[in-house]
Amino acid sequence: MRVHLKIWRQKDAGTAGKLMDYELDNVDNHMSFLEMMDTLNEQLILKGEMPVEFDHDCREGICGTCGMMINGQAHGPVPGLTACQLHMREFEDGATIYVEPFRAAAFPVKRDLKVDRSAFDRIIQAGGFITASTGQPAEANTILITHETAESAFDSAACIGCGACVATCKNSSAALFTSAKIAHLAKIPQGEKEAAKRVLKMVSRMDEEGFGHCSNTEACEVECPQGISVLNIARMNWEYTKANLLKD
Amino acid sequence: MELDAKIPEGPLEKKWSNYKAQAKLVNPANRKKLPVIVVGTGLAGSSAAASLAEQGYPVYSFCFQDSARRAHSVAAQGGVNAAKNYQNDGDSVYRMFYDTLKGGDFRAREANVYRLAECSLNLIDQAVAQGVPFAREYGGYLSNRSFGGVQVSRTFYARGQTGQQLLLGAYQALMRQVAAGKVDLYSRHEMLDLVVIDGKAKGIIARNLDTGAIERFAAEAVVIATGGFGKIYYLSTLAMGCNGSAIWRAHKRGALMACPSWTQIHPTCLPQAGDYQSKLTLMSESLRNDGRIWVPKLANEERQANDIPEEERDYYLERRYPSFGNLAPRDISSRAAKERIDAGFGVGAQRNAVYLDFSKAIQEQGKDKVKEKYGNLFSMYKKITADDAYTAPMKISPAAHFSMGGLWVDYELMTTIPGLFAIGEANFGDHGANRLGANSLLQACVDGYFILPYTLANYLSGELKKERLTIHHPQFELVEKEVTGQLERLCQINGTKTTDYFHKQLGKLLYDQCGLSRSEAGLKAAIKGIQVLREEFYKDLIVPGTQGEINAELEKAGRVADYLEIAELMCNDALSRKESCGAHFREEYQTAEGEALRDDENYCYVSAWEWKGENTAPVLHPEPLVFEFIKLSVRSYS
Ligand SMILES: Cc1cc2nc3c(=O)[nH]c(=O)nc-3n(C[C@H](O)[C@H](O)[C@H](O)COP(=O)(O)OP(=O)(O)OC[C@H]3O[C@@H](n4cnc5c(N)ncnc54)[C@H](O)[C@@H]3O)c2cc1C
Ligand code: SF4
Ligand code: FES
Repeated sequence: MRVHLKIWRQKDAGTAGKLMDYELDNVDNHMSFLEMMDTLNEQLILKGEMPVEFDHDCREGICGTCGMMINGQAHGPVPGLTACQLHMREFEDGATIYVEPFRAAAFPVKRDLKVDRSAFDRIIQAGGFITASTGQPAEANTILITHETAESAFDSAACIGCGACVATCKNSSAALFTSAKIAHLAKIPQGEKEAAKRVLKMVSRMDEEGFGHCSNTEACEVECPQGISVLNIARMNWEYTKANLLKD
Repeated sequence: MELDAKIPEGPLEKKWSNYKAQAKLVNPANRKKLPVIVVGTGLAGSSAAASLAEQGYPVYSFCFQDSARRAHSVAAQGGVNAAKNYQNDGDSVYRMFYDTLKGGDFRAREANVYRLAECSLNLIDQAVAQGVPFAREYGGYLSNRSFGGVQVSRTFYARGQTGQQLLLGAYQALMRQVAAGKVDLYSRHEMLDLVVIDGKAKGIIARNLDTGAIERFAAEAVVIATGGFGKIYYLSTLAMGCNGSAIWRAHKRGALMACPSWTQIHPTCLPQAGDYQSKLTLMSESLRNDGRIWVPKLANEERQANDIPEEERDYYLERRYPSFGNLAPRDISSRAAKERIDAGFGVGAQRNAVYLDFSKAIQEQGKDKVKEKYGNLFSMYKKITADDAYTAPMKISPAAHFSMGGLWVDYELMTTIPGLFAIGEANFGDHGANRLGANSLLQACVDGYFILPYTLANYLSGELKKERLTIHHPQFELVEKEVTGQLERLCQINGTKTTDYFHKQLGKLLYDQCGLSRSEAGLKAAIKGIQVLREEFYKDLIVPGTQGEINAELEKAGRVADYLEIAELMCNDALSRKESCGAHFREEYQTAEGEALRDDENYCYVSAWEWKGENTAPVLHPEPLVFEFIKLSVRSYS
């Protein structure tokens, strides 16, 4: 099949970028979207041009590295997929495809489609952990956790840190990402002890990093490849209110 | 060179506690003076960096991804083993030790393997304390399942994302130490060389992948936790950035490489669909608990799977290995699949796959039960292939997956360069010639959380009184020049072929000649082929851009340049071992039934290789494997 690509090219954070046109006519519909990008890059290199820089690593939807807007949607048109899991069979022969970086003030562009998501690491550093030193922990089965609780904690913990929620949100809010970690740890007995401290610190870090406020549009949930539910945001808000009330 | 594995004295079950009792410690006040570099943030690197920082050592942590959480440990699906015996099905530390040793075809050290099984108990406790949401029974107790090569249920899991959840636990522990100011984090930094001063590892040279800047880091010890190099085969279950560069540069600076050719080819991956393909996705081995593997009895069968009647199907694993059946170990299952595919019984458009069939499980347990156990894997299969595995069998095929080989380390996980340690998949250790499923997440964690914190202290205690070297030492200058020189060389070739072209050629060559089965003639031809390819690489490669900027192509070119050298050592390693064991199957050495024929009299050793310079043959230093506690047996799964 043949595709017309309009891809965002930008040298670095300080330089203005623009959409550039590319034609690709040797696309197999079994190719993944990123393999299509590889094929384009191969052609560009052989023509002596600079290839398109984009982020990717595992190519199986779990590392959260790949992230781009495809036709205006984070990770492209198919719900529940990362960009690396998207296949060309989802597009029509002759389609025009827009490829742009995740856009948010807190995610500056490094080059082309690569953005800086280190703000996510700093949100976790603020409190997204359990204070348990390594070495000699208690026997695992002394902490009983019901099947339902474990499954529900897992649902929250499944976030891959890709940033699609931020890119999709009109406020560039990191509420879904942050709340997923807060909920995961608050739901289980090991993590619940420091839930109050955690939520206050993580939320304030999220604000400091320049992410916007959540106005409950729920767009993030729709684009999240891991199906992280906005109920996590409700849980975060509840934990936050509780922590503030009980603070003094 | 005499290799000393430094195995502690005493009975098997006392060795590790004896070691710990005698290991030297560093006083907490002095730890601050002993910085440690940890390269890699996978399970091995994160767990080590977090543990060392908690103890008070200043830690520099490196990874090439943009976040430590993205290390490829994240992709492990199936689970992690521990001899907890929660199921009361006869498991014990000893049984796990024996299963692992036998699974590895008796090509690992008894003491190391026993320690792995012993520390497995604690790891589950550790992960639970960190909040890892393992699967639970309704009453709240931890749940287990079974994996290939064993007859007990000792695998702990978190749906199909066990690696992700374990890694997030370790990553969060690491982030906690970053926040406490005890770890300096260098993501998007690639280690390009090791700095050895007066025979000891004292630092690294790394490239900042976001700016292209070459940076120097000095420390009192260097820990390499850079994972596996199975990506050398191009098509593999590894991530695109996985590489052998850090261990290879360390090798060229004097660290021996052990058994580099021992690669696990995983039996249940999605088959290659075309030339453009960049990776092969693994379908968790847990599927083999309920899925039955078969091919048509008729070669070049044209009918669809569902149209082939039961009596015309060959369930070849159940036929050849009745007591383990579909749960036969990976090397055996992969080889059996290759045998059927090569004989013309392969299925799918490219005839490069076998069926993995769930119809019996669905019939017996119901679709809902099967969905509960494997739902996410079935939906992953559908995402990639657009096929529904509830109604027709999956098509699967073997793919390069895990490097049993790596840097040679002693019982303390130290390489032959004092002060240079290797942990996780980057070392050669506990898995012998074949790794059992769910044992390597375990090994990576155990190395980092429980072993290195003791053994590193034992080494560092001797460094305390020595002079601190800085990055201004002339050796840093020298190594940095070599690194920039090599990068410049790659940028200046200006040929006509991209890095991927060379990588694909290399991958095919290796897969065919140094993959599931090997022969003297094939390996010799492969060595020639690799040399020719390497020459062509340095003549005809094209790398766009410069070294002083973001340049993904240059990153790839550097990795492939190293792969082109590692590949030759792999072939030499495979050539020198005139026996079959585990994943290493030499066509000349097999039983009448086509099973691996080990030669304990002549090859019961670890092959450790010394680099002697370009165009000079590497030198083999065998480390004999001494079995004091168990008797070697023929590995039989029939
Ligand atoms: C798809 C898949 C599924 C698996 N499933 C299972 C399973 O179910 N159970 C099981 O036990 N095992 C499984 N394994 C194996 C297991 O996941 C790995 O062996 C293990 O996670 C390796 O951990 P590690 O910390 O050694 O390396 P990795 O997790 O690969 O981490 C390597 C780290 O090193 C860094 N790095 C690499 N090179 C450089 C460099 N030059 N400079 C700087 N940093 C560098 C990377 O950035 C990364 O942080 C699976 C493997 C794969 C590929
Ligand atoms: S919540 Fe979803 S969209 Fe947001 S970072 Fe996590 S996985 Fe990505
Ligand atoms: S590349 Fe890992 S999620 Fe897409």
